[in-house]
Amino acid sequence: MLLGIVCLMSLFVFPMWQIILYAPQYPDGVEMHIYIDKIGGSSPGTLQNVNILNHYVGMPYIEPDDIPELQYFPYIIGAMGLLGLIALAINKKWGYLSWTIVLIVLGILGMYDFYLWEYDYGHNLSDTAPIKIPGASFQPPLIGRKQIINFIADSWPHIGGIGFGLSMVFGGAAWWARKKQLTS
Amino acid sequence: MKYHQLIKSIIALALLGAGSTIFIGCGGPPDMGGSSAALADDVASQVYVPPGEYDEFYAFMSGGFSGQVSVYGLPSGRMLKVIPVFSLDAEKGYGFNEETKPMLETSHGFIPWDDSHHPELSQTDGETDGRWLFINGNNTPRIARIDLTTFETAEIIEIPNSGGNHSSPFTTENTEYVVAGTRFGVPYPQQDVSIDSYAEKFKGTLSFISVDPEEGHMDVAFQVLLPAFNYDLAHSGKGKSHGWTFFTTYNTEEKSTLLEVNASQNDKDFIAAINWKKAEEYIKQGKYKEMPAKYAHNIYNEKTHTATSEMKDKVKVLIPEECPGLVYFLPTPKSPHGVDVDPSGEYIVGNGKLSADMAVHSFTKIQEAIANESFETTIDGIPVLKYDEILAGIVEKPGLGPLHTEFDGKGNAYTTYFISSEIVKWDIETQQVLDRIPTYYSVGHLMIPGGDSRKPDGKYMVALNKITKDRYLPTGPELNHSAQLYDISGDKMKLLLDFPTIGEPHYAQAIAADKVMPNSKKFYPIEENEHPYRTVREKDARVEREGKDVHIYMTSIRSHFAPDNIEGIKVGDRVYFHLTNLEQDWDVPHGLAVLGAQNAELLVMPGQTETLVWEPKAEGVYPFYCTDFCSALHQEMQGYLRVSPANSQVALDWRLGYDEPVQ
Repeated sequence: MLLGIVCLMSLFVFPMWQIILYAPQYPDGVEMHIYIDKIGGSSPGTLQNVNILNHYVGMPYIEPDDIPELQYFPYIIGAMGLLGLIALAINKKWGYLSWTIVLIVLGILGMYDFYLWEYDYGHNLSDTAPIKIPGASFQPPLIGRKQIINFIADSWPHIGGIGFGLSMVFGGAAWWARKKQLTS
Repeated sequence: MKYHQLIKSIIALALLGAGSTIFIGCGGPPDMGGSSAALADDVASQVYVPPGEYDEFYAFMSGGFSGQVSVYGLPSGRMLKVIPVFSLDAEKGYGFNEETKPMLETSHGFIPWDDSHHPELSQTDGETDGRWLFINGNNTPRIARIDLTTFETAEIIEIPNSGGNHSSPFTTENTEYVVAGTRFGVPYPQQDVSIDSYAEKFKGTLSFISVDPEEGHMDVAFQVLLPAFNYDLAHSGKGKSHGWTFFTTYNTEEKSTLLEVNASQNDKDFIAAINWKKAEEYIKQGKYKEMPAKYAHNIYNEKTHTATSEMKDKVKVLIPEECPGLVYFLPTPKSPHGVDVDPSGEYIVGNGKLSADMAVHSFTKIQEAIANESFETTIDGIPVLKYDEILAGIVEKPGLGPLHTEFDGKGNAYTTYFISSEIVKWDIETQQVLDRIPTYYSVGHLMIPGGDSRKPDGKYMVALNKITKDRYLPTGPELNHSAQLYDISGDKMKLLLDFPTIGEPHYAQAIAADKVMPNSKKFYPIEENEHPYRTVREKDARVEREGKDVHIYMTSIRSHFAPDNIEGIKVGDRVYFHLTNLEQDWDVPHGLAVLGAQNAELLVMPGQTETLVWEPKAEGVYPFYCTDFCSALHQEMQGYLRVSPANSQVALDWRLGYDEPVQ
């Protein structure tokens, strides 16, 4: 269970998600990192570079201050860490199980929220966009790889996101271990 | 002309004509071996670097009379960059924008050109380390330091009491010093005297310029005052001879006119051997004279993106008569040009330009001769060592007009012969000639990567030729100089490639790409920008008037300037465009050109600020635009500046977009 909490806490250090854009003239890729509280990238200028790319087709400017999730996500994750510690302290089967279930629900909600943002950025295009491509969608993939005009866009969990997934596994494992311990 | 004389002349001409017909009929121009037929079959694959792949070496070629340095990849011969150093470069705004103008300041004022001869890579333990490249300015004596993280000129220091800084910069093995020797004897101190007073009033100085091991900053540590010989080239000792620097001389006759004859009379001139470790002791003991001297020291600051120029006013001078053991003269035949020290530091090759044979001195024997005081004579208190006692051997009749020697690290030396237009390979220990190969044409320097260091990379050799003639498609009377690449990995030298170069590729240095490439910067972090007129956020873009000076705090990002409409400028104003490039991505410079600007464009790297001064002469509306094709909307990256009469009431105003109308 402790491992699960540690994995969850990795979100405070590592990005949870990454979107990487590849094109021939971007040999290193444009690698954007989404943290629970900020948007960064493989270089300090990544967000600016993504916004420069987006502005040609009139996509909204990604402004971290305008994304409320980045404000309250850290509290949710922090609270889940605390709840995890409590579950560990009381060491009850139901404690581990409900912690894990809440985590899974949060994960699903998080992905849905992420999809909504992606949809908004990909579809809410400015009327004054310099380049308009009828029928083109600029929405990045939720997870996986997709061609967006001249770019190949990859969208995958980063270390923090993997940590989040592992924390569910460890939470479930704690529940299962406790159950086994009690039955034996 | 009398009748019978005319008849004689006609007969003579007829005979001459007949003679030459027979001659041509028998001979015709012989095959000089310069065509591609002389190449081995597999050379193309040896120089072919496939698209998208990198060369093995960076080669830094001096621009000679272009005053710059050009960077080439080897073995492909592809040009990578021209680095402006001593000359204005309108392409990059170097010397035109306000930030780089101080780089070209000297005690003679702003100098827009020089003649750059010898690039020299910094060394650690006698091996090229890829930190800096030094190069001399020949005409108005200077040394420049180029930073190899940015490939930009970072510093230039002027050399006082010098006329023609040719024997320079040639580093010591840990870049303790780079050196400078005067090619011309000059009155010391500089004064109005008869040129005929050369022998008594003129002197030659050899300067040691210290290099700060961390920052690379240069300082004229001391000068050694010598007779007014002409100090031609230099190399510092290495390994066992570390602590010494050797300078060749010509015109030991000390003449000032028709030097091609008058300076070519002595059978032997000298190599001046300076014990600079001894010099350091004398400096420490205070045995120097502090002499007034005026020279500029210019440093480019990578944080402020601005150069500053400081004028220095004195220099420490060592007088050999007062400093025994500081200088020795090594007699060397005849007007030696290059002086080259082999990787072990034992052999000192004097490339006797006008001599049939080539002398190789032994450092060990030099030390013995000094210990035994085997002196032929002394000149101004400087002992002249006995020639026979310092000689390691002679390369007998290797070619005509030896100029320079480099080494492959495998016991071989390679010497260029200007007159016979060839390179000769010989064994350093035995001085036996091993191979020879023609150059096209009239080779000056040659270069092996690390070939003047303790660790040469003996795979390729480049000949730097003075004359091109028919080697490429003709381009009128003026032709580029050329470089030829040879494979020297085997017993026989093999010609691989031939390519034209910018200006005069006087000398060159090359270094393994992996020593330089990982440190190459991609852009300047905007948060580190300390330029006093920077604008790090677009919303801070503005225009401020201070009397007749108007400062435009302008930003650029794909694909607009902020502001791009400016009004309220008046005829007679001095307008400063302080352009900060907000981009933080690799290879996204923005340029700025303003109609009627009497300087050049700006070419601003990401994160950098540069300033263009523009003085409107007449009222009107003037366009400006981005010159570097930056994006799909590059052509739209443009703006207007309205100029009103000097007494106009039009208020200063600016905008980007139509949200705020111009009043």
